[in-house]
Amino acid sequence: MPDYTLKVRRFDPDSGEAAYWQEFGVGLDPERSVLDGILQVKDDQDGSLAIRCSCRAAICGSCGVRINGKSALACNTRISDAAARSPGGGSIVVEPMGNMPVLKDLVVDMDAVHWKKVQRVVPWLLPEGDPPEREYIVPAEAMIDVTQSMACIHCGVCVSACLSLEVDPEFIGPAALAKAYRFVGDPRDGQTEERLKDLAEDPHGIYDCTHCFACIEVCPKDVAPMSQIMRLRRRATGDYEIKDSNNGYGHEKGFTDIIEKWGTLHEAQLLPRSFGDGSMIKGQTEPGAVKQLVESLPTAARGLKAGKISPRKALLHPKLPDQKQVRRIFKTIESKEERLELNLYIVGELGEAEVEPEPDEEASPS
Amino acid sequence: MKLAYWPGCVSRGFTPELHGSMAAVAPKLDLELVELDRANCCGAGVIAEHNQELVDTLNARTFAMAQQVDGAAGMMNICSTCQGAQAECKQRLDADTAYRDHVNTTLEDEGLAYEQDGEWWNKNLLWLLVEEIGLPKLAERVVRPLEGLKIAPFYGCYIVRPTKRLGYDEHPKRDRYLEIVIETLGAEPVEYAGSHKCCGFPVITMARETSLRQAGRHLADAKDADADCLVTPCPLCHLNLDLQQPEAAKHVERDLDIPVLHLPQLLGLALGLEPKELGMDKHVVATRDVARKVAQLAAA
Repeated sequence: MPDYTLKVRRFDPDSGEAAYWQEFGVGLDPERSVLDGILQVKDDQDGSLAIRCSCRAAICGSCGVRINGKSALACNTRISDAAARSPGGGSIVVEPMGNMPVLKDLVVDMDAVHWKKVQRVVPWLLPEGDPPEREYIVPAEAMIDVTQSMACIHCGVCVSACLSLEVDPEFIGPAALAKAYRFVGDPRDGQTEERLKDLAEDPHGIYDCTHCFACIEVCPKDVAPMSQIMRLRRRATGDYEIKDSNNGYGHEKGFTDIIEKWGTLHEAQLLPRSFGDGSMIKGQTEPGAVKQLVESLPTAARGLKAGKISPRKALLHPKLPDQKQVRRIFKTIESKEERLELNLYIVGELGEAEVEPEPDEEASPS
Repeated sequence: MKLAYWPGCVSRGFTPELHGSMAAVAPKLDLELVELDRANCCGAGVIAEHNQELVDTLNARTFAMAQQVDGAAGMMNICSTCQGAQAECKQRLDADTAYRDHVNTTLEDEGLAYEQDGEWWNKNLLWLLVEEIGLPKLAERVVRPLEGLKIAPFYGCYIVRPTKRLGYDEHPKRDRYLEIVIETLGAEPVEYAGSHKCCGFPVITMARETSLRQAGRHLADAKDADADCLVTPCPLCHLNLDLQQPEAAKHVERDLDIPVLHLPQLLGLALGLEPKELGMDKHVVATRDVARKVAQLAAA
């Protein structure tokens, strides 16, 4: 049986000591999990090592940790894979999850961060009017849109990996916002616009996500929280035209309008458009737009001084030679009544959608 | 090697030194670049947020134009964000024939169609260097090994995550390519916490505090790790790390003053080009200390 070394970050608040590293050797078959390794340490070497775990099958979502710096479920990570990815091929580094306070060893305070944020998004249905006499009837296809966000097991692994939370602890965060979309996308909910307004106006809401894909990368259930946040933005700007004070609406509108007009990004116009309502002239009358523009002047001045930006470039932007093609594409697609979205979580990834049973194979006697 | 070349918007906008340095470096690596000067913006994640079919159609248009370039080995971009945004669209277009046909119908009037072809690729310069040009050839072309330069790699999110979409199954070392290239050029890669994190640029107009704290923290970490400069294959990261650096410094209450090079600039230095030819005078954070070190190498 191969030997592996686990380098575990230990911390005991009752000891009064700082956190420290401790190495443990374990012997396990390569297909066993990092959690199996940790449990072997608990059984054979040090029963005081703390970790939360239950199902050992990536269902309960209890054993989130960081393995070699990457957030993951310990039960869902093969020990041989972890060893292969360990720094310098040495010990497998196991730490508690990030962005949450450590209670002891590998156990973090999920209540203080994750569950508090989930509560923040009102994670229950708020239907309008009197309840129907019997159950709510919802067409199956209406629920497909929220299936992905419903797959969340609240393990907190995305919260641990979130790069916005790392610098802004008040960010509502990937798991809670994915949960918010579960209700925004539910046809039974009667507070869709209010929910979106709330999340768009919060300075730590949907427009505080930096689009870094960390949550998509680590989620053990393919919930793709960032994609749910983008859906929330799409609904807020596209369907409800919520002109938030964080410039989320202005940025999306300004950016897409620029591409429709010129085909490539006219950066000098993006800033003023973003700070207003997406338009170039009227945008400047929006409250706060001028103040924010003034705030960005030193940066613009530095760009001019370095020769990155010229006054000519700032004022004039060439249209693409075939810009009418781009405009026609915009017009064709934006005039459709419904937005078309191909969700690979539903239809299957690369190639899978195209795999059809080969009738000959089944029928053939060989 | 002939390539359909998508320079992106920012390399021709606020980071003109990137476009220029790529043009200067291409002949040194025997790259013939056919610029896709009619292609449109990749959407940079924003059009994807706005309307998915729209962004898929716009990028299918770019791919179709690239596929029409006669004799091209593939398509190259010089922006992590273009790489990631286009990979996202390509994944959807490749996954579902009916969807691809639907998108191509919109492009029909222009005589364009994106053909799914397992052999066809769109690669960032960084990937191209390692996988298509190859490190032995790159090493062979180095005339000025950058000995003694300590360089902090900064990838840009769109080229490192999600690994499944970005071909990491086939090329598992793509998250180490910058370090590998830095070493091949004779310099020393610096390990620090921020190399694969977010520069904060996507939210600079929406969550300024978050954005500048991210940029500031990574720059400070690189500085603390004793780096002479950073290098990035992403011009959007460059905007937040260089153009916004004086603002970022205020947000982390630190003196930063650490130059940020574009990948082609670093290549150019090792391939014998001069800092000025690579537009290194067009940065907000002065690159003169790096230039001075390089000049000393040449003298020695």
